[in-house]
Amino acid sequence: MLVDFFFRLRTHQVPVSITELLTLLGAMEAGVCDFSVDDFYFLSRSALVKDERHYDRFDQAFSSWYEGQQNAFEAVVGEIPEEWLRKQAELLLTDEEKAQIESLGGFEKLMETLKERLKNQEKRHQGGNKMIGTAGRSPFGAYGYNPEGVRIGQDESRHRRAVKVWDKREYRNLDDTREIGTRNMKVALRRLRKFAREGAADQLDLDSTISSTARNAGYLDIKMVAEKRNAIKVLLFLDVGGSMDDHVRVCEELFSAARTEFKYLEYYYFHNFLYERVWKNNRRRHTERISTAEVLRTYGKDYRVIFVGDATMSPYEITYPGGSVEHMNEEPGAVWMSRLLEVFPHCVWLNPRAQTTWHYTPSIEITTQIMQDRMFPLTIEGLDAAMRQLLHSKA
Amino acid sequence: MSDTRFTGTDKYVATEDLMMAVNAAVTLGRPLLIKGEPGTGKTMLAEEVAAALGRDFIQWHIKSTTKAQQGLYEYDAVARLRDSQLGNDRVHDIGNYIVKGKLWEAFDSEQQPVLLIDEIDKADIEFPNDLLLELDRMEFFVYETQTTVKAKHRPIIIITSNNEKELPDAFLRRCFFHYIQFPDRETMTSIVDVHFPTLKKELLSAALESFFDLREVPGLKKKPSTSELLDWIKLLVAEDIPPEALNSDDPSKLIPPLHGALLKNEQDVHLFEKLVFMNRRNAR
Repeated sequence: MLVDFFFRLRTHQVPVSITELLTLLGAMEAGVCDFSVDDFYFLSRSALVKDERHYDRFDQAFSSWYEGQQNAFEAVVGEIPEEWLRKQAELLLTDEEKAQIESLGGFEKLMETLKERLKNQEKRHQGGNKMIGTAGRSPFGAYGYNPEGVRIGQDESRHRRAVKVWDKREYRNLDDTREIGTRNMKVALRRLRKFAREGAADQLDLDSTISSTARNAGYLDIKMVAEKRNAIKVLLFLDVGGSMDDHVRVCEELFSAARTEFKYLEYYYFHNFLYERVWKNNRRRHTERISTAEVLRTYGKDYRVIFVGDATMSPYEITYPGGSVEHMNEEPGAVWMSRLLEVFPHCVWLNPRAQTTWHYTPSIEITTQIMQDRMFPLTIEGLDAAMRQLLHSKA
Repeated sequence: MSDTRFTGTDKYVATEDLMMAVNAAVTLGRPLLIKGEPGTGKTMLAEEVAAALGRDFIQWHIKSTTKAQQGLYEYDAVARLRDSQLGNDRVHDIGNYIVKGKLWEAFDSEQQPVLLIDEIDKADIEFPNDLLLELDRMEFFVYETQTTVKAKHRPIIIITSNNEKELPDAFLRRCFFHYIQFPDRETMTSIVDVHFPTLKKELLSAALESFFDLREVPGLKKKPSTSELLDWIKLLVAEDIPPEALNSDDPSKLIPPLHGALLKNEQDVHLFEKLVFMNRRNAR
């Protein structure tokens, strides 16, 4: 049955492996969790998911799998005689509640209504947004012998809370990056890594110092080596909206995959061209704007700045005040761009449009001019050249 | 189950999912990887697990220059070179120049210890990969002396990460994982209760209200976390600030007193002051 769960996780793109499944089974065998769904949920999440970004996917997979398990359970439970349920109910109910049941037409009547409602319900009750089991809205939930509680025979408030945990999907906003699949991306990534790894020979290489000293008959012969560190800081500006969205997604994925290699990596979004405001959260782009001047103040000039955009627009959007298609900009985009270039000498522009078409579009030519020819196509070669430019351009 | 179940301590409030993760890791002898916002008690967890289970606590703090080898052992070649130049007899036994690392220390322990590998993401990206076999089999080989060091008891290993770098998959597969979610109001109240049992109820609810409001402010560079809240409350108590000062509707006092304990960054303070100012203007 867990095999089914395992594959369900994989269809939901939670990267689980067999090792992890075996760990989970081992933990269950060792008796880490008892027979509560809550505990099983926590245990399996801790054993199978290794990144909080996947928590949300896990929750969804768990929810759908659990629903299926419940249906299977139902087939068995359907045969439980009514007597049992009644006994159980009597155990759970207070006198006052029993009186209330009487006032609703007695237990038999109630069970009948319950059955009817169960039939009417299209899907299984779960979590609290459906008819039965909703605290307070249906008589069944209110009297506390909601079928879930009776059937599984455990503390039901515990149970309902657990259902909520994974149906609440509170980790949704952690799931912001997706993995890169294509081979092309891997190559690009390798180039990016190389870019991040270069450094000066400034560290004592103890091992080769010792061996060369030994070879030198005991006279000290010091060897130096480049320190392995991730010293590159990157500021990424991404053009969003319209035709750029696909390309931007690719770029985001690329850079977040290479994130481990950078000391810092910060994102900002803009639309068409750089103006006085940028934003970090695309969904709240109209409420949470950050002034470009602040960005310029915040980061030091050792940051490498990478723009990603097609730079395709009306030339007025770059050169004239008020040219922006989205808002009234007091100063032309070109002014903001040159301010940025002053602060950050290491800067490139990656353009996803094919390089052969660039000279047909005046705005690309203007941008290239402003960027002092540092515009590169978003291909492997272009990326390579851009990274080399970033590394070696003089400050 | 035996008596080795971790259920939090009188100084540490553990949520149910966290307890489950700790117990699973302890039972199976696998490392437990803990992530979460800074200041949500990741490091403290290991200390408290050790205290609760009555085990020795060994901490290995990782820096950007730490190499995996340093946790196993180091061969002090320079000392040996010096001794050989001075004609010291010690030089013939290479074992004299092997310095034990934290992991060796944990393996050597007579009783199952708790080993904290703190902030593993600070190290070079290859660091976790270099420890794969050691954490898996709980043994390693010392080349210089040609001996294998094997753990007497599989230590309880707790690893913390601040997410500055991603950890390799092969490493992750060997761990249990838990992400410490920022506590909700209810958990936060019990955390504060544990630390300040005598705190007045009104002050606590007023402080929590300001605190959660502050976390809602968009664009903060570093949102205040649990440890900052505890510091702040400590200050409020020390200064004897009345609860009314915290939730007053008087627009001129919108900035909470002693906010320096909560906002650690002058840009955040500026942003906050700006928002307060705008609020005030709107109120007029």
